[in-house]
Amino acid sequence: MATVSLKKLTKRYGNVGIVHGIDLDITDREFIALVGPSGCGKSTTLRMIAGLEEISAGSIEIGGRVVNDLPPRSRNISMVFQSYALYPHMTVRENLGFSLKIAGVAKEDMDRRVAEASAILGLDALLDRRPSQLSGGQRQRVAMGRAIVRDPDVFLFDEPLSNLDAKLRTQMRTEIKKLHAKVQSTVIYVTHDQVEAMTLADRIVIMRDGHIEQVGTPEEVFRRPSTRFVAGFIGSPPMNLHEATIDNGQLVFASGEKLPLPGQFKANVTTGDRVVFGLRPDDIYPTGHGISSGGAADVHQIELPITVTEPLGNETLVFVEFNGSDWVSRMLNPKPLKSGERVAMSLDLSQAHLFATDTGKTLRS
Amino acid sequence: MDENSAARLKRRLTGIVYRIGLFLAMLTICLPGLWIVLSSLRPTVEIMAKPPVWIPQDISFDAYVAMFSGIGKGGIPVIEYFRNSLIISVTSTVIAVAIGMAGGYAFARYRFRGKSSVFLGLMLTRTVPGIALSLPLFFLYVRLGIIDTHFGLILAYVALNVPFTIWLIDGFFRQVPKDLAEAAQIDGCTRWQAFWQVEFPLAGPGIASAAIFAFLTCWNEFALASQLTRSVSAKTLPVGLLDYTAEFTIDWRGMCALAVVMIIPALTLTYIVQKHLVGGLTSGAVKG
Ligand SMILES: Nc1ncnc2c1ncn2[C@@H]1O[C@H](COP(=O)(O)OP(=O)(O)O)[C@@H](O)[C@H]1O
Ligand SMILES: [Mg+2]
Repeated sequence: MATVSLKKLTKRYGNVGIVHGIDLDITDREFIALVGPSGCGKSTTLRMIAGLEEISAGSIEIGGRVVNDLPPRSRNISMVFQSYALYPHMTVRENLGFSLKIAGVAKEDMDRRVAEASAILGLDALLDRRPSQLSGGQRQRVAMGRAIVRDPDVFLFDEPLSNLDAKLRTQMRTEIKKLHAKVQSTVIYVTHDQVEAMTLADRIVIMRDGHIEQVGTPEEVFRRPSTRFVAGFIGSPPMNLHEATIDNGQLVFASGEKLPLPGQFKANVTTGDRVVFGLRPDDIYPTGHGISSGGAADVHQIELPITVTEPLGNETLVFVEFNGSDWVSRMLNPKPLKSGERVAMSLDLSQAHLFATDTGKTLRS
Repeated sequence: MDENSAARLKRRLTGIVYRIGLFLAMLTICLPGLWIVLSSLRPTVEIMAKPPVWIPQDISFDAYVAMFSGIGKGGIPVIEYFRNSLIISVTSTVIAVAIGMAGGYAFARYRFRGKSSVFLGLMLTRTVPGIALSLPLFFLYVRLGIIDTHFGLILAYVALNVPFTIWLIDGFFRQVPKDLAEAAQIDGCTRWQAFWQVEFPLAGPGIASAAIFAFLTCWNEFALASQLTRSVSAKTLPVGLLDYTAEFTIDWRGMCALAVVMIIPALTLTYIVQKHLVGGLTSGAVKG
């Protein structure tokens, strides 16, 4: 039960800056996901919160208490490592009870708490095994059990699912969500997988090169990405992004193709501005096969050649050629299409995004 | 003959060839040891016979009886030598392993300036043959007044073994994932507790093997010991072997008997410790 707040948190290795003064306030019982490409400083940030890495500047508060120089054991946190880091020389039971043993908890109390955690995670049958006798998913469960036994203020997860296969990952994702509902602790969850972040988190922190690009609910970062980077990172398949120049209320692309400037940006750009135009696959579709087919505000019709189609059953990803490269579009209620065929596409420009080419910032007001 | 039975025949033949090769290799390794045991049981005539007498004709334990029957009756102070050997080997092994653990841990876990040169330096000390050091050491020890003492030899052996134990133990600590010590710290351990609760037990087999190597080095070392010890109060068993050489004769049988007495404790210890040398304890810590 605790808030976590990072103030100008900075990490340098020698002269190399890794985390550049990030600010973040996490409320009690919130599930926060730190997401970003590999190497952007997520793990470093998490490890600083855990106390495994010294901070170069700034401060960290957990539950209103400054913990900058406290060792990990004094911060009342738990951490689940990407590698699980189970103690190989101990049984599952001993792994679960280790922190309690170190804390000098009485035997009966310890047994009870280990039993509780084991029941929550369904580990009862495995208690006398060693980590080497467990499957990946089971190890993952034990690692989580070890974390909850301590009853910490804050749970830290560092890419806990990235060593599991796709199916198990989805399954464990759901379990983590259930677990959070049950234990009601603050969770900071690091992942490079935006789907994981979207599905699990109350709020998502998108990091890039040691900076925070945007903080927001899954809905916010998806609907209103504040930078071009966030727009490209969140969402699958990713947003279509193309550079263009503004010319008298039109977007002119490098190939010479033109689109009308979406109304919501008219006030913020002038002729000659260089921008990045973005449109999600959901907002471009063969006419009659999209989400907003019912009558969206600002639909533009254009005929484009199909390059490839990827049928997924309930929908088909249609790749159309625009401005010299492929645009991904999502076709609902799919019907068979042939490569090379020219089809009428609907572009819902009311959902379009524009970013300044130089700063990458959104041009939405 | 079809392909399958041909393959089966080939596999069986390869197996036989491997076994013969293995037998020859084992024979080469074991024969000298066996020969020592045999020689300790047979009269000098038979030992010196040419061509060699392969099957002993005349076995007796006279040499062993003589060895323990005191000075003057063909005996040597074997109990004293044994005691010296034991004190010196055990003490220097304990110290070398302790230093090796501290050093190996530091090399495995921490970054510091000059790390690789220090490491290389440690390795280079191993290139100097012990015998080359014995004369300078002899003069040094005489000046310091630690010639012919347990302390002197322990010091020399610790210096001899530390580079090796550091190198070996470093390798074993490297195999223990760093995450484990970090997990232990999050679970409430101090740095020190994390080491003893998690890293030490996992590197244990490696540390034990370093200890065996260090012990055997000390137990069998001759070059330095023969220079740095003179008397019954400090001579070790390998030096004691020389007691069987007289001006013109060498009592091969006695020497072999003493060698057997020397080998037995070393063999026993190695056997006991190697049971704990089960590797792969770290498997299952991390994925895979
Ligand atoms: N001990 C270290 N010394 C120097 N650079 C480091 C160290 N640890 C991590 N880094 C660098 O810090 C950056 C961020 O790493 P990390 O936080 O692990 O990224 P990720 O977001 O993938 O978890 C990486 O570029 C990495 O190379
Ligand atoms: Mg990472």
